[in-house]
Amino acid sequence: MTEQMTGAQSLIRSLEHVGVDVVFGIPGGAILPAYDPLYDSEKVRHILMRHEQGAGHAAEGYAYATGRPGVCMATSGPGATNLVTPLADAHMDSVPMVAITGQVAAPAIGTDAFQEADICGITMPVTKHNFLVREADDIARTIAEAFHIASTGRPGPVLVDIAKSALQADTRFEWPQRLDLPGYRPVTKPHGKQVREAARMIAEAKRPVLYVGGGVLKAGASQELRVLAELTGLPVVTTLMALGAFPASHPQNVGMPGMHGTVAAVGALQRADLIVALGARFDDRVTGRLDSFAPDAKIVHADIDPAEISKNRHADVPIVGDCREVIADMVVAVRNDQAAGRQGDYEAWWDQLNRLRAAYPLGYEQPGDGSLAPQHVIQRIGEIVGPDAAYAAGVGQHQMWAAQFINYERPGSFMNSGGAGTMGFAVPAALGAKVGDPGRAVWAIDGDGCFQMTNQELATCAVENIPIKVAVINNGNLGMVRQWQTLFYEGRYSNTNLQTSPSPGTEKVRIPDFTRLAEAYGCVGLRCERAEDVDATIEKAMAVDDAPVVIDFTVNHDSMVWPMVAAGVSNDSIQYARDMAPHWDDEE
Amino acid sequence: MSLHTLSVLVEDTPGVLARASALFSRRGFNINSLTVGPTEYEGLSRMTIVVNCDRHPLEQVTKQLNKLVNVIKIVEMDSDASVRRELLLVKVKADAGSRTHVLETAELFRANVVDVSPDVVVIEAVGKPEKLEALIRNLEPFGIKELVKSGLVALGRGPRSITDRSLRAVERSA
Repeated sequence: MTEQMTGAQSLIRSLEHVGVDVVFGIPGGAILPAYDPLYDSEKVRHILMRHEQGAGHAAEGYAYATGRPGVCMATSGPGATNLVTPLADAHMDSVPMVAITGQVAAPAIGTDAFQEADICGITMPVTKHNFLVREADDIARTIAEAFHIASTGRPGPVLVDIAKSALQADTRFEWPQRLDLPGYRPVTKPHGKQVREAARMIAEAKRPVLYVGGGVLKAGASQELRVLAELTGLPVVTTLMALGAFPASHPQNVGMPGMHGTVAAVGALQRADLIVALGARFDDRVTGRLDSFAPDAKIVHADIDPAEISKNRHADVPIVGDCREVIADMVVAVRNDQAAGRQGDYEAWWDQLNRLRAAYPLGYEQPGDGSLAPQHVIQRIGEIVGPDAAYAAGVGQHQMWAAQFINYERPGSFMNSGGAGTMGFAVPAALGAKVGDPGRAVWAIDGDGCFQMTNQELATCAVENIPIKVAVINNGNLGMVRQWQTLFYEGRYSNTNLQTSPSPGTEKVRIPDFTRLAEAYGCVGLRCERAEDVDATIEKAMAVDDAPVVIDFTVNHDSMVWPMVAAGVSNDSIQYARDMAPHWDDEE
Repeated sequence: MSLHTLSVLVEDTPGVLARASALFSRRGFNINSLTVGPTEYEGLSRMTIVVNCDRHPLEQVTKQLNKLVNVIKIVEMDSDASVRRELLLVKVKADAGSRTHVLETAELFRANVVDVSPDVVVIEAVGKPEKLEALIRNLEPFGIKELVKSGLVALGRGPRSITDRSLRAVERSA
């Protein structure tokens, strides 16, 4: 079935064909032809953002909430380059996303034309793949391929750059019957022998751990994981990217590993004799100093991306496959082993881990000056709003506290910028998540530094009726940087005071005043400065359902994130609190 | 560190050379030589990439290269199981006094003289990298004015071909 139309119409028809219902974007010269048929589309809603970076992060939030690729659109040149950060972010965290950019007309490409940028060249290292489309006839096929690549295998961002002349030219719309991608064949089915070997090692191990990464969420394998964990009785650690893959309240969940992980989770990995890594990538924020990471552990490493296996840590048993299939096959293999009487005994191991859990639970000190503890605020948000909501964090102290003090019980309940560490992620990602799943409460847990990087999207939220909640954990500083200055730079606070909340020695001003900023953007602005007002403020925010809400939680400036493994040192040197190393009871 | 030769079968699409070469530099690898040209199948090109690195990083970069959507297949060319050749063009000083010696040297290496002018000759030689290095060493005393190499190309010995096996895989996946 073919139909005569313009390239631009073919683009919109293609988006409809792959089931796109929302596009986040900003029009401009080169992409303008696409916005004309988009105006008429009854299936595709376009959300006009205030910055292309916001469009990109919104597409990510949409993808987190729905599991489907998020779509963003921008014009050529600066419009496209503003997408680079979210593309890099999605690339690091394997978020399925398709970015569509306008390009100058094909004959003008390479002439330094107005608003020309070689966005394919620029984004080559930060996309899973990208395309430059010069001919109208290629648009439908390219869109089909882009969505296929973005959403299959290890998901990731794909950019489609379309010349304005291709959008304007006439073409016959023809949806490809099959895709011709001879170099793209992700392996999803794991090798049976390797899976059985993994099961055998689990049965024989004395101190095994399931090290669960974001791949488990991407594969939709939470149910399978729970079955495997309960069948084997193994302790589970869930990385920052995997929060919600295994219920926080589950007795076998020993917490998040890594730089700000729990002592029990870090200790479990360090002392393990077997690590079963599922969709995790041995990131430096998890392993600490690599050559001293888990020195006694054999490694089973399952990942859909063969390039991750043995990249940082040698895998004794490599398994290439989709985590859902890998875990399901492992369950079968473990059941067979157990039926044959081969079952591990981890009682002594659990005793050891339980002692660590009891001795070093997550906690925090109340500030001595009576100011508000940021951890208390975040913990109460989690408890009052509950596990059904979705939470988006920015990057920094508030992100770590959001990872530590909110209990994530279900997949899709937490999104953040893990690999790239993109400040400003939270507000646009929360916006995208709310659009993708409008029935769910979505809270952005943001910092005062992050918030000022992308808060222009509050306008988008207000205008487009996207009622998110934004809890700004306002300590008046770039808090995580300040924490490092406290710990590693003798308290020399070079350029970290943002003056968004009054601090000793500075004028009692707030620049900007977040509540007034919120009101200027058509949102409800609330402020909370005392512990006794926290619950009521959260409830007041929850009662608003017809406008976005911004809460300025003005908190203590000196609170720090603990536990902590300093950058580049061994996980064995984890500090439970400042100058306080945990006592590993196996060293007694 | 040692030299490794990779044959990389790619779709002949714009940007594929940039994707492959950028990946090497991004991951911290130095390319010794890289050649690219058409194959016996329309739409497929073949790169021959020589890199100097250890075994583990080579596996890493091969896996990363394999992830490129336009890369169809990668085979490491073992020096025993492959024919490896390079083309050298070298401009050597050859006046009346030295010309006979230059021509003799060229002949010993089965190299051809492809351009002659009063004081210089251009010599063309094909062979393994070691042979070309030896030729260059022997020509150096006469004075080398300019030289250019094509970079290595390699083909596996025996009846098998990397293209038809991978094309069968392509048909299966389609």
